[in-house]
Amino acid sequence: MSAHGSKYTPTNPVAKWFEDRLPLIGFTKSTIIDYPTPKNLNYWWTFGGILAFMLGTQIVTGIVLAMHYTPNAQLAFDSVEAIKRDVNGGRLIQAVHATGASMFFFAVYVHIFRGLYFGSYKAPREVLWILGVIIYLLMMATAFMGYVLPWGQMSFWAAAVITNIFGAIPVIGDPILQLLRGGFAVDNPTLNRFFGLHYLLPFIIAAVVVLHIWALHVPGNNNPIGVDVKSERDTVPFHPFYTAKDFFGVLVFCIPFAWLAFFAPDILGHPDNYIQANPLVTPPHIVPEWYFLPFYAILRAIDFNFVLDSKLLGVIFFAGSILVLFFVPWLDTSKVRSGTFRPVFKWFYWLFVINFLLLMWYGAQEPAKVVLGPFTVADVSKLSVVYYFAYFLVVLPLLGRFEKPRPLPNSISEAVLKTPRAVSGADPAIPAAH
Amino acid sequence: MTINKTILAAVAGVALLSAPVLAQDASSSAVPAASEASASAASSQEVATAAADQQEPIVKQHWSFAGPFGTFDQNQLQRGFQVFKEVCSNCHSARLLAFRNLSEPGGPHFSEAQVKALAATYQIDDPDAEGGKRPGLPSDHWPSPFPTEKDARDANGGALPPDMSVLAKARGVEDKFPDWLFNYFTTYAEGGPDYIHALLNAYADPPAGFTLPDGKYYNKVFAGHAIGMPPPLSDGQVQYAAAADGSTVPLTVDQYSKDVAAYLMWMAEPHLDANKAAGFRVLTFLILFAVLMYLVKNRVWRKVEH
Repeated sequence: MSAHGSKYTPTNPVAKWFEDRLPLIGFTKSTIIDYPTPKNLNYWWTFGGILAFMLGTQIVTGIVLAMHYTPNAQLAFDSVEAIKRDVNGGRLIQAVHATGASMFFFAVYVHIFRGLYFGSYKAPREVLWILGVIIYLLMMATAFMGYVLPWGQMSFWAAAVITNIFGAIPVIGDPILQLLRGGFAVDNPTLNRFFGLHYLLPFIIAAVVVLHIWALHVPGNNNPIGVDVKSERDTVPFHPFYTAKDFFGVLVFCIPFAWLAFFAPDILGHPDNYIQANPLVTPPHIVPEWYFLPFYAILRAIDFNFVLDSKLLGVIFFAGSILVLFFVPWLDTSKVRSGTFRPVFKWFYWLFVINFLLLMWYGAQEPAKVVLGPFTVADVSKLSVVYYFAYFLVVLPLLGRFEKPRPLPNSISEAVLKTPRAVSGADPAIPAAH
Repeated sequence: MTINKTILAAVAGVALLSAPVLAQDASSSAVPAASEASASAASSQEVATAAADQQEPIVKQHWSFAGPFGTFDQNQLQRGFQVFKEVCSNCHSARLLAFRNLSEPGGPHFSEAQVKALAATYQIDDPDAEGGKRPGLPSDHWPSPFPTEKDARDANGGALPPDMSVLAKARGVEDKFPDWLFNYFTTYAEGGPDYIHALLNAYADPPAGFTLPDGKYYNKVFAGHAIGMPPPLSDGQVQYAAAADGSTVPLTVDQYSKDVAAYLMWMAEPHLDANKAAGFRVLTFLILFAVLMYLVKNRVWRKVEH
């Protein structure tokens, strides 16, 4: 998996015999123990480890839930309640899985925005980035289908609204819609296939995560200053340095996670989802989970016809808002990776973050809600959609040409020694580790 | 590094603040589906109009089970069960409640003998029994007052009394910004009981100009204000026995509605006490472990300038 060779030579004859036939121990050692990692990674980088932990948590809790869940439109709602009521520890397992989805998305957004700020998508890490976008897409599909499984009102209507989006595609839209639903309307076949896919996709995610980590280990980590590793002095072995740091990160992350799972497991959900699905009653306000809101806002912002029908146009923007991420490595023309050294980029970047949060808020509001003066959510969200796309399609390509970046440090070690902490904290009695 | 730390703090702040905010907005339309209790399956158009009407603000109550250290008040649950049994359950089902739940710890916690005796007073449909019915057992679920949805609607002027098993979690209170932000820190999950309590105390004469459909009642809290349920409670209606320590509570609609709302919350979340107690232990462990891990991490890194 890694480009750096194993330094492992077994002393035990059995281990040597095995290693000659399958170098598993050496592979593991070089991948998660010796792997040279830049020594200046900040806490933003712990979210990679946190995400691996969250995927594991979701898979383990999910498998246990699947043992007790019944994917049938008549029984699903009550079977989820039976898990909460009658399965030993069931309330907790269900709560961890449900709030875990939110925590997973929170972590993935931090991870993606970290990559966007520090230019982690730039050469030679384009494939690493693209694999990440694929994981994110798979996560969205998995989370959406998982949300349908409890078969509450919001589950049902989310399934109806989201599958409907595919119906807007010309020619093949209708067949896709029927394939997704297993019929003309959301019903038992929809629930069945969503359950099957919801069980399958996490393992595909795990497989792509393996590729993602592989693609990480070939060029090695990016780092906060974005300057390549120049010598061994710039790195530390992954273990114990980053295993300790990542583990600490995971523990801190678990504190708000446990807070929600134990004390307010439904706070991120919607009360309507405690009403069993009813195709005859539309909830007054159908909203997706918070992590889909920015994209939902983009979909809804396109409420006008322009050459194409508004429905199709909305779907194009909706899909485009995620597909554009695949091209970021080539859209950003700046040679400098880290946003730290890009004075103009920073402004656009933080505006992009704020804009993304605004879109999230718009997604939860009624389009007719008045925001500012005579303008409604439907109006102002168009502005946010424009900036969302302009950031990728205009700002990133042009900034690289016109921005004058600040001078880069020569190496990671040089940058590290310049920080105030390193100067004041340097103890002459302790020789440097490298 | 300082820059990074600043960014970290800023983003963490923004992210932490925003994620819950947005989620809360998502759940802000906690107005119950008006159609549920209205005469017919209301069209979404009607629901939208109803939801757009001004609702009476809901006054939040103090609940013993609120917050990370909250626990149910066993006496209150027993009183609430009495209201449920004598009043609500005449029209509302609670299909997920089993008699045995009533003797489990963390709930009304009646004795097993009491529950056995209680269950035996109900006749349960059982095709295998002689005559198709037999006395209830603790393992039986709470029998529904009507055999089918159609029977329920016919008996209630066309409105369907919703099943009460998880009703307390299927209702909520809409908080304005920035109030809902604090809900994540106070773990406010009592929107359902607050709504139910408010609804039961919000019956009034319709204001001038409001046309109340036939067979409907005016309610200040209910979405659309025309509710199918007649005012179910009146002062002195349910006779509470004194608690074990001899204490009594007032026999008022306000007291009944608080008790029954608490009871409905227990029915919707029967393991709440145990979960909150476990949560406190888990969080204590996580915080201590994180502190230790931080020290370990610092020790590992102490010789590396980074």
